[in-house]
Amino acid sequence: MWKYFLRRIALSLLILLGVSALIYLLTMLMPADYIDNQTSAAVQNGSMTLEDVQRLKELYGLADKSFTGIVKSYAAWLRSTMSGDLGFSFLYGRPVTDVLADYIWISFMIAFLSYIFQIIIGIPMGIKAAANQYSGYDYTVSVFAMAGTALPSFFLSALLMNVLSIKWGIFPLQGLVTATKIFPADAHFQILLDKVWHLILPITVLTVLNVGGTMRFTRTNMLEVLNSDYIRTARAKGLSEQVVTYKHAFRNTMIPLVTSLSGMLPGLFGGAMITETVFAIPGIGYMALRATRQGDIPFIMGYNMFLSILTVLGMLISDVMYMVVDPRVKLS
Amino acid sequence: MTMDNEKAKVSSYTDYSEITEQDLGQRFRVISPGRMVAKRFFKSKLSVVGLAMIIFVFLFSFVGPLIVDATWGHGETEVFEVPRVSDMLTTADFKAPDGKTYDYYDKSQTTILYKAPLSGTHWLGTDTSGFDIFTRLMYGGRISLMISFIVIFLETVIGVFLGGLAGYFGKWVDMLVMRIVDIFACLPGLPILLVLSAAISSIEAIPAEHRIYYLMAAITLMGWTGVARIVRGQILMLREQEYMLAAETTGIKAFNRIFKHLVPNAMPQLIVNATLGLGGVILYESTLSFLGLGVPFPRAAWGSMIALADPSRGQEILANYPNMWVPAGLLIVITVLGFSFIGDGLRDAFDPRMKR
Amino acid sequence: MGFFDRFKVKKVEGVDDTMYLTLREERQITKENTKIIREFERQKNRKNVKEEEYLTQMKDPSNVVEFDNLHTYFFTEIGTVKAVNGVSFDIPQGKIVGVVGESGCGKSVTSLSLMQLVQAPQGQIVDGSIRYLDSSGKCYDIAKMPKDKMLEIRGKEISMIFQEPMTSLNPVFKIGEQMDEVVLLHVDGATPESAKARSIEMLNLVGIADVEKIYNNYPHELSGGMRQRVMIAMALACDPRLIIADEPTTALDVTIQAQILELLQNVKDKINGSIMLITHDLGVIAEMADLVVVMYAGRIIEKGTVHEIFKNPKHPYTIGLMKSKPSGDTQDDRLYSIKGQVPNPINMPDYCYFCNRCDHAMKICSEEYPELVEFSPTHMAACHLYYGKGLLEQKKGKE
Repeated sequence: MWKYFLRRIALSLLILLGVSALIYLLTMLMPADYIDNQTSAAVQNGSMTLEDVQRLKELYGLADKSFTGIVKSYAAWLRSTMSGDLGFSFLYGRPVTDVLADYIWISFMIAFLSYIFQIIIGIPMGIKAAANQYSGYDYTVSVFAMAGTALPSFFLSALLMNVLSIKWGIFPLQGLVTATKIFPADAHFQILLDKVWHLILPITVLTVLNVGGTMRFTRTNMLEVLNSDYIRTARAKGLSEQVVTYKHAFRNTMIPLVTSLSGMLPGLFGGAMITETVFAIPGIGYMALRATRQGDIPFIMGYNMFLSILTVLGMLISDVMYMVVDPRVKLS
Repeated sequence: MTMDNEKAKVSSYTDYSEITEQDLGQRFRVISPGRMVAKRFFKSKLSVVGLAMIIFVFLFSFVGPLIVDATWGHGETEVFEVPRVSDMLTTADFKAPDGKTYDYYDKSQTTILYKAPLSGTHWLGTDTSGFDIFTRLMYGGRISLMISFIVIFLETVIGVFLGGLAGYFGKWVDMLVMRIVDIFACLPGLPILLVLSAAISSIEAIPAEHRIYYLMAAITLMGWTGVARIVRGQILMLREQEYMLAAETTGIKAFNRIFKHLVPNAMPQLIVNATLGLGGVILYESTLSFLGLGVPFPRAAWGSMIALADPSRGQEILANYPNMWVPAGLLIVITVLGFSFIGDGLRDAFDPRMKR
Repeated sequence: MGFFDRFKVKKVEGVDDTMYLTLREERQITKENTKIIREFERQKNRKNVKEEEYLTQMKDPSNVVEFDNLHTYFFTEIGTVKAVNGVSFDIPQGKIVGVVGESGCGKSVTSLSLMQLVQAPQGQIVDGSIRYLDSSGKCYDIAKMPKDKMLEIRGKEISMIFQEPMTSLNPVFKIGEQMDEVVLLHVDGATPESAKARSIEMLNLVGIADVEKIYNNYPHELSGGMRQRVMIAMALACDPRLIIADEPTTALDVTIQAQILELLQNVKDKINGSIMLITHDLGVIAEMADLVVVMYAGRIIEKGTVHEIFKNPKHPYTIGLMKSKPSGDTQDDRLYSIKGQVPNPINMPDYCYFCNRCDHAMKICSEEYPELVEFSPTHMAACHLYYGKGLLEQKKGKE
């Protein structure tokens, strides 16, 4: 069993290596003069020298576009990345790792809260819909779930802003803090409350967008379980439909659910680019989109690498969780 | 009378000659497999609704412009200057030297040429550049649908080819292809698309009107892995089947053997996958357009029409001109939802065991 | 290629296009089915039904269950399947009744009707009654019983053993948990301790050696035979009056089969209950059953004591079955096989279903369905051959 895990981890590393090479190549498509544009100000005020600029270009493969040049610069980039140094962001003027470390938490907060809502809303709805297949409830819930998945995040955000922020004035439109209010320094609770108030709309958007997926996944798996032989046995025992559904069937549906939901956990740190940007929440997604628009190559590379690592981590976690929840797959 | 009946009955007990050789198995009537699929599809109300939605969007985007052309003659990038007098009223209160508070009114009149309200010739008004919104919705739909169909087609072709290669040759080919699939599946979709679109728009060698093709290529690059996995899985499954062994003993070539059976086996899955994928591509494309990285201005796209409402550019349109962005959003929802309804209906129709 | 072919209307030589249902007919069927199903489901889901509605009287108080003219239909997309079409037989107290027939003849559906476990909403009991005499002497009609009341009978008074031991136990619960559940549910005042004690006792009864270990195992850790023993132990936990064994040995190795059958025989004597044994294996019937019911295409064609059926089968189908059974004394002969196949159960004709496979078929056989003919108080068969004995004699005389 441990051998299996070691192999999985080795494979993951191999994939990450490939991903890094691909990301590196793709980023190289970005034109070199971005660096000149971005650094010109820094060079002028003396915080960067022309040699620094040249070194940056080499590191990002923008100086020498020959094959050996690319390979060499990739090796250099890989070496510094492995030592934990993702480079220096032009736009934010700080090491990329510092920026990531600062801004992932607010993104995680939003994503995690919406993840919790997804679970507590989506799973019960999925179970009920499966238990009453083809009923009115089933159709209604399925249609709403699919409609949620079909909504573009920016459109839903705009609708909510139009109605709830502008027309009714219940929620703030953008940002994380109310700029016009000045809180006394010791009013921590009020500051927190103010922040939460700003986060409600973005969390709602993410929840509406994703709850449908959880609901449909629960429903599909639940239907499969409800058709199995052991459910007939449970009914033959004289158990009520409640017990059959919520104990015997749901405990089996839990296996794929836990596996897939736990695999989503790392991704929660990745940030929701569009939603954060529309609501101007300074999370990692917002920072990344700004960086991408400005051609901040070190940040773009660092961020994309970070996301790939989260994805690989997610796959590993769901593998482990599968073994934990399913008694049929046990470490012997 | 009764006697005759009696006689008939007696003879039927003793008459051995007239046994009807009719096979009882043929007594009932069945439905042909294709009709069964069609029937199951049309039986579900949702798939019919989905079909209606997609037909509507298609007519709107492809037939609509023809009609508009013939009647009003509005074009996609034609500027309409509809003058409209707007009263601007500013108020302020101030404290006069006499200690009382006075209200100060300033009324001025300006003439606005753009952002026309809804009217008989401009059903949904005009936007900030004076384009007719209703007409642009049609052209935006054209782009979205075209991109989604081409991308899905390319994804399927690449996926079938690479997945087929991996499944058919196995061994190191499989190993190699599947690692490539893993790598591509691991790439963060939207951020990489943003990088690619930014790169595409900055390369001067690519004329603005050709960017869309590169964009399609970029979206394809991010999405072909699903198809490859399906095809490879199907081939591997086929190889395990008993009837493949049977076919082998008759001496049919391996290639013919596999592809003959692969097509009918994988086709339903591919069709469902493609239908559901169409909606996904439309969402991607509109997101890129929303960020200004899709179809370049002044051409219309649903995403960029919604971008007018982006509060970062001021709240005026978000608050006061829902006619500029709400219809585009609704059309995206209708299209994506339509494709999911159809895809879902098709899945159930092809494989009743998998009933959602 | 092949895929798109499915959508084409194929013209095959000699095959009539009218074999296929038209769209209008399909819609008609679907519409009618929805209407019928809705009505039946409404009936079943009623709450607080008065007991008088489903209380009835047994014909013979020495029976546990009496099936009387039971009809269970499935309303499918291509027509109504009369899976059980007028079945009547009794299960006497303390006896083993074997139900035998080919697959798809309705024997499983009969037993599921008794448990109210027919796959709803397509499957519905449309007519007839299933009278059940409970331990307190009350007689219920299960066909009319509301769902909630049925929960008190299932697993407690009537329990069931299924064909597939590999998939019939819930994979995520330990054996012990699954067994205790039945006791905790049906025995008043049961505690977790008493339930465990009962489960252990039952596991011992079915001959499981390392009881404590098995109690804490998951189903996937046991072999098929062991799982079937667990299923039997679970069925016995509340001293049921009737055990339905639906092909309990079909999925098992031959050596294990014998053990399981012996076990069933033993436990029946211990709890003094009855067994309804469903099988297509005549050997099992001969060894186990007291009474035999032979089913064909949803109807009973012959029933009697095991002696009568095996020594003096009357219906040509039963005769064929007996001949197709391998036995020690026929040496060089090939096994007999009944020609043809079981008819498809949709839109059955109103004459003998077996007539096209029957060696003795007559004109009348393709004209009307035969009534049951009584040979002894226990032995009956439904065949035109035995109508009016005189006719048969006359026929033989001519030959």
